[in-house]
Amino acid sequence: MAGHSAQLDAKALWGGKESPFQTSYGKLMMWFFLVSDALTFTGLLIAYGFTRHDAQDAWPIGEQTFNSMPFLGHGYPLLYVALMTFILIVSSVTMVLAVEAGHRMDRKGVTKWMIATIIGGFFFLGSQAWEWSHFIHGSEFGKIELADGSMAIVKGHFGEIKNFTVIESGKTHKVGAVIKEDLMHQFQHAAEQGHLENGTIRLADGAVAKINKAHDHDMKLIIKRDGKINKVGGKEITGKAAEKQYYQALYTGEKNRVTYGANMKQNEYGPQQYAQFFFFITGFHGFHVFSGVIINILILLGVIAGTYHKRGHYEMVEKTGLYWHFVDLVWVFVFTFFYLL
Amino acid sequence: MERDDLIEYSLHAHHDEAKGKQIRSKIYKVTILLTLITIVEVFIGSSIKQSSDYWTAVKIIFILLTLLKAGYIVMVFMHLGDEKKYMRNVILIPYFIFVLFLIFIALWEAAAVGSVWETMWQ
Repeated sequence: MAGHSAQLDAKALWGGKESPFQTSYGKLMMWFFLVSDALTFTGLLIAYGFTRHDAQDAWPIGEQTFNSMPFLGHGYPLLYVALMTFILIVSSVTMVLAVEAGHRMDRKGVTKWMIATIIGGFFFLGSQAWEWSHFIHGSEFGKIELADGSMAIVKGHFGEIKNFTVIESGKTHKVGAVIKEDLMHQFQHAAEQGHLENGTIRLADGAVAKINKAHDHDMKLIIKRDGKINKVGGKEITGKAAEKQYYQALYTGEKNRVTYGANMKQNEYGPQQYAQFFFFITGFHGFHVFSGVIINILILLGVIAGTYHKRGHYEMVEKTGLYWHFVDLVWVFVFTFFYLL
Repeated sequence: MERDDLIEYSLHAHHDEAKGKQIRSKIYKVTILLTLITIVEVFIGSSIKQSSDYWTAVKIIFILLTLLKAGYIVMVFMHLGDEKKYMRNVILIPYFIFVLFLIFIALWEAAAVGSVWETMWQ
């Protein structure tokens, strides 16, 4: 908020008596730090763009990957990330209101808006934790390698697994026993290990059980890599044909035909680099948000203790404010380049 | 010993309630604008598919809206618009020179790498 002495002539300005920037050392250094940090994020996003650009159609589309809402389930493309963006923008607004209150030496106002900002920060961090957890655990269908070697991601409503009926005894489960617990977890584990064959599952203790499962609805296979010509493509298979091909591949009894969720080596959404970029970019940003919240809490304690009031100005709030806005700014770009494009 | 050659610029930044009211109304206006832009982005993102013919136009719209959002955050929320011209330039110009070069070189290289992939698969 400079501009108080705009009438200075250039000689006085550059001659040593007055700073040409007319801003304090601390604020200027915060700006320089932010420029360097902005360059780090720019580098990350450009590396992402580069990889995405040469992966072409094999790359997942944001609205296909991020379409869940807490408590509501699937079918809400991008809505949750938009909500996260909104939360961060609002917390940026409360921060700028805290700075404004600081300029009026309104200690109560600064305290109130700082608390609001910190709550917004925690909301954002919680949302990000939810999103990561969702991304890591993945969908019920996973990504599947079809009989002809094509890689497909799968959309639709997964029919609930009702129970497993044991038809061949193992160490603990005897013939005729009905297993009703931990079904989804056992099913996915067996699928990854190639322990599913013709509608049966081989359990951990060696027993073989029949899978009693409701029908799926609206299944859609989106081919990310065509096995025959080994080329990327966006072909889609729907309806009965999709179900037939999916279960044919799932029940072959081969290892690694299906991938659930994401880790550093593989993921169900697209190429390996996709999850790596997701973890690194949103993780690095989340780390910034986390440190921002910590810094905000420390400054809030200073405000409550009256440190800045005694000092005669609330510039510390302004400086942390700059950092907090920067975190919001970065998220605006991550939102566009990672989720929208 | 007290130094009298240091200027406490932060002390100049104070303003009264009337000015504060003006600043707050500007903040609220920008908030509404940023929210609207985000809603528009999500609406376009979920209604137009990437396979659509309009996707290139949508991409350009997204980037322009993002830059608009970023501009408001930097100029209003971070008060860069209220700083001295010299300071604004020292922050923005080196950044933009470097970033534009980086974008140019990355797109150039990615296109080359992409064309190599194409020929390898045929």
